[in-house]
Amino acid sequence: METIIFYVFAASSVIGALVLVSHKNPVASALSLVLTLFSTAVLFILLLAHFIALIQVLVYAGAIMVLFLFTVMFLNLRDESLRFDAGRVPVKLGILSLLLLISGYFIFIGFKKILPLNNMVISHPEPFGTVEGVGEVLFSDYLLPFELTSVLIVVAILGVVVIAKRRFD
Amino acid sequence: MTVTIEHYLVLSAILFIIGAYGVIVRKNLIIVLMSLELMLNASNLAFVAFSNVLGDLTGHIFVIMSITVAAAEVAVGLAFVVTIYAHHETLNIDVLKLLKG
Repeated sequence: METIIFYVFAASSVIGALVLVSHKNPVASALSLVLTLFSTAVLFILLLAHFIALIQVLVYAGAIMVLFLFTVMFLNLRDESLRFDAGRVPVKLGILSLLLLISGYFIFIGFKKILPLNNMVISHPEPFGTVEGVGEVLFSDYLLPFELTSVLIVVAILGVVVIAKRRFD
Repeated sequence: MTVTIEHYLVLSAILFIIGAYGVIVRKNLIIVLMSLELMLNASNLAFVAFSNVLGDLTGHIFVIMSITVAAAEVAVGLAFVVTIYAHHETLNIDVLKLLKG
């Protein structure tokens, strides 16, 4: 059962990613990215990361993609401004990517000899990956990085306001 | 046949490569940003897979931080996109050569 779910959603995430990089309309690309992010959220649930899956759907597939779609529609890109890349595929880059992928796989095989990576764990003890478990770690061991995140958010908000308010003449 | 960590890592690598391809090949600035998001998402998947295998929640914390950084990055990036489009009337990164890149 888990195998079927994994393959279905892995395939849909790869399809979404391929449509994202090959479609020339940014709106279609954004919607296919939503498909990829949602499929990844399902895989997170398979990996017992329930809280991360929730955050993925709410923040990534929800807020960030709404921001993308809002920008695409706000800019109202005309057809000729979309036509400058019509999804052509440079073969050399494709081959290079494939080689990179294969070499990455062999690096992982090397790592597997060092790390104790035997099998996927189907069931951890209960608070693993839930709001309780992640929150406990987040607010004890990683409290300082969590607090520094708020500084990052404030800087980002101020930066966005400063950048977007600037007027060129 | 069960799903092992190799499956997740290979999927993560595939998504990362597709995202990197999009960043390199596409000319539309918005789609380049989206491909960047795809790469971040692929690395998140690898983090969560390792976290499951090692039984350690640190990977989940990293993913939360990564999603936060991605949100901030998208907000700033899209503000740049709006400003660039208002100034240059295009999002073609071949035309945008102010930095002589």
